[in-house]
Amino acid sequence: MSQKHHVLSVLVENKAGVLARVSALFSRRGFNIYSLVAAPTDDPRLSRLTIVVDVESAPLEQITKQLFKLINVVKISELSPDQAIERELALMTVQADGTSRSQVMELVAIFEGKIVDVGSDQVTIMMAGEPAKLDGFEQLMRSYGIVDLQRSGRVALPRLEVGRPRLRSVTGQVAN
Amino acid sequence: MKLTGAQALIRSLETCGTEVVFGLPGGAILPVYDPIIDSSLRHILVRHEQGAGHAAEGYAHATGRPGVAMVTSGPGATNIVTALCDAYMDSVPMVCITGQVPLAAIGTDAFQEADTTGITTSVTKHNWLVTSAQDIPRIVAEAFHVATTGRPGPVLVDIPKDISNAEMEWYWPEESDFDLPGYRPNLRPHPRMIAQAAKLIVEAERPVIYAGGGILKARASEALMEFATRSKIPVVTTLMARGAFPDEHPLCLGMPGMHGNYTAVTAIQKCDLLIALGSRFDDRVTGKVSAFAPNAKVIHVDVDPAELGKVRVAEVPIVADCRLAIEELTRAVADQAIKADREDFWATTPRHNWAEQIARWQHLYPMVYEPSEPGLPAKPQAVIETLRAMTPDDTILVAGVGQHQMWASQYWKFRHPYTWVNSGGLGTMGFAVPAALGAKVGRPDRMVWAIDGDGCFQMTAQEIVTATMEQIPIKIAILNNAYLGMVRQWQEMFYEERYSEVYLSPDLPDYVKWTEAMGGVGLRVESGDDIENTIDKANSINDRPVVVDFRIDAKEKVFPMVPAGQSNDDIVVGPAIEAHFEAVSKKGNR
Repeated sequence: MSQKHHVLSVLVENKAGVLARVSALFSRRGFNIYSLVAAPTDDPRLSRLTIVVDVESAPLEQITKQLFKLINVVKISELSPDQAIERELALMTVQADGTSRSQVMELVAIFEGKIVDVGSDQVTIMMAGEPAKLDGFEQLMRSYGIVDLQRSGRVALPRLEVGRPRLRSVTGQVAN
Repeated sequence: MKLTGAQALIRSLETCGTEVVFGLPGGAILPVYDPIIDSSLRHILVRHEQGAGHAAEGYAHATGRPGVAMVTSGPGATNIVTALCDAYMDSVPMVCITGQVPLAAIGTDAFQEADTTGITTSVTKHNWLVTSAQDIPRIVAEAFHVATTGRPGPVLVDIPKDISNAEMEWYWPEESDFDLPGYRPNLRPHPRMIAQAAKLIVEAERPVIYAGGGILKARASEALMEFATRSKIPVVTTLMARGAFPDEHPLCLGMPGMHGNYTAVTAIQKCDLLIALGSRFDDRVTGKVSAFAPNAKVIHVDVDPAELGKVRVAEVPIVADCRLAIEELTRAVADQAIKADREDFWATTPRHNWAEQIARWQHLYPMVYEPSEPGLPAKPQAVIETLRAMTPDDTILVAGVGQHQMWASQYWKFRHPYTWVNSGGLGTMGFAVPAALGAKVGRPDRMVWAIDGDGCFQMTAQEIVTATMEQIPIKIAILNNAYLGMVRQWQEMFYEERYSEVYLSPDLPDYVKWTEAMGGVGLRVESGDDIENTIDKANSINDRPVVVDFRIDAKEKVFPMVPAGQSNDDIVVGPAIEAHFEAVSKKGNR
């Protein structure tokens, strides 16, 4: 994925069909969703969608405005990559027979992952971290043989910095 | 008070001010049809659900109130999708009630089941699947609220049959009871943007107002008149805004775009300030976007933030209700003129030259056409001009889609807002007959004429039966050229006259007999000489629908024309206007 990705943190009503409306809007306007994570927030009436889109900023403005037109969308914040904490979780089953098992375990330790399941010649690793770190680990594991891989897609929150605006709020209002 | 869901639904519609419902019953909506008998609602039984949708649109166009349509599940719902999409494209307020199979049957591929909310998500402003009878008053109130506020549009409420039969305790919600946390349309313009806009307006040398359908949706015609006349700025009215500014006003330049007149198109191309009010830079207006009004700064007012910057980036974008924004602009321009010590800002030499230039274009390139030879089929333009001359000022004109629609928009002189009903964005053939019916129901005091094409008429003609049954005396002028005329025109101009599947025949069907079979009066005009007599006769019939089959010259094309995707500078005025230009130029009248 290129550097021009954007992370949209979208607060939506926690109702049936809302995710379908959001994803339908993306396809209707010709945008590709790179990853999407949906989960309830601390307020049970609301869910937060963390959507990563791979577009230039001009069409992004249009998509956020269109998104905001959906009645169920309550708030949209664009998290710029340098002002956000982004994390992702990966589960990975890797070939690890007698000769390679200790090497795999060593790398898991270096990357601060965790072995969550062990078979006779495979292990399943859990790793959370910045997406780039997971990319790096995935690269290393390829030489041992990745049997199965599931990444969660990224979740993000704004970085806490004193005295700087935390969010660039994109509420669809241009004339501010 | 205990009511069934169905009773609550009907009572909710009444409470929201509904007087008329266009619909057609079926299995899943059956419970809702029973309490209609005891209600104040007038139900108009259409012959096809698409007709219910377009009739509701026509009603909304003519009255400004939301049109209400009611159909059953499955095919009933899918048949009305075209009308919903049409209303969505043209921002027409409309509330559609659909029946649905019982909750427990949803997802089982039950008889007449369709995923109505899923299917209509992308063609409605919002939709609801009701899952509890207790929610019905709140959801109906929310539906009317969403349909009519902000940028208006169609909404749909899908009601499972068991919910209609279930009991609920009646109540009526306040707006504060609405469950719409994400819906807050912004109507007030930002003062800083208004001030910036006013500055540009006072400084402009060649300004043009580009008025769109938003003017009519915001009831802003009077505000526009005051703004334009005070600052002496010429106005173009888009296809959706015809009538928003009277055609015979000296500042009115008429319709811009692909089939706009030369002056409207060229004034936009040459202007230095384009004031877009409730218009959306549609491709049929802009032509090639990069070549559209290339030297203009843009002020863009729209209530929908997503329209700002969608096609053209505006120097001054203003999110606001059009009427409020125009009123603020009128005030701000006066203030700015005083501040800049330029109270006569509209009387400068450049502004004077601009008005002269526009008058010169109007003189050189008026809307003219070649009249027909005696005894030969009429020219469509002549039919429309004669009709205009023989009908009251406030006649509501409805059109289908194609050549006849463009001629109607070009040659009809609109004198009042809300007298023009057509399908602009979606371009839905078959719109005219049911929309005319809906318009006449909404405005029974007005004469309603539809200009239709022979191709269009055949798509929804069965609603003439509805008009006869319900005694809705609409009048329909078919401009019968025996072709899908607009497609024929493109094949002639861009496909080397290779006519592929566009011939329809003038006599099949026999429109007179067909109309009479549907209980209306059918008339025919064979040549250009009989137009007046026949219109006279049609105008005198007030108890049933009338259809006039005008035989017109099939070779007549719509001009001017900007070929699709080309710059508006490449406007083709056509032979008649070209000949006029030559004649006037020869007189040394430049």
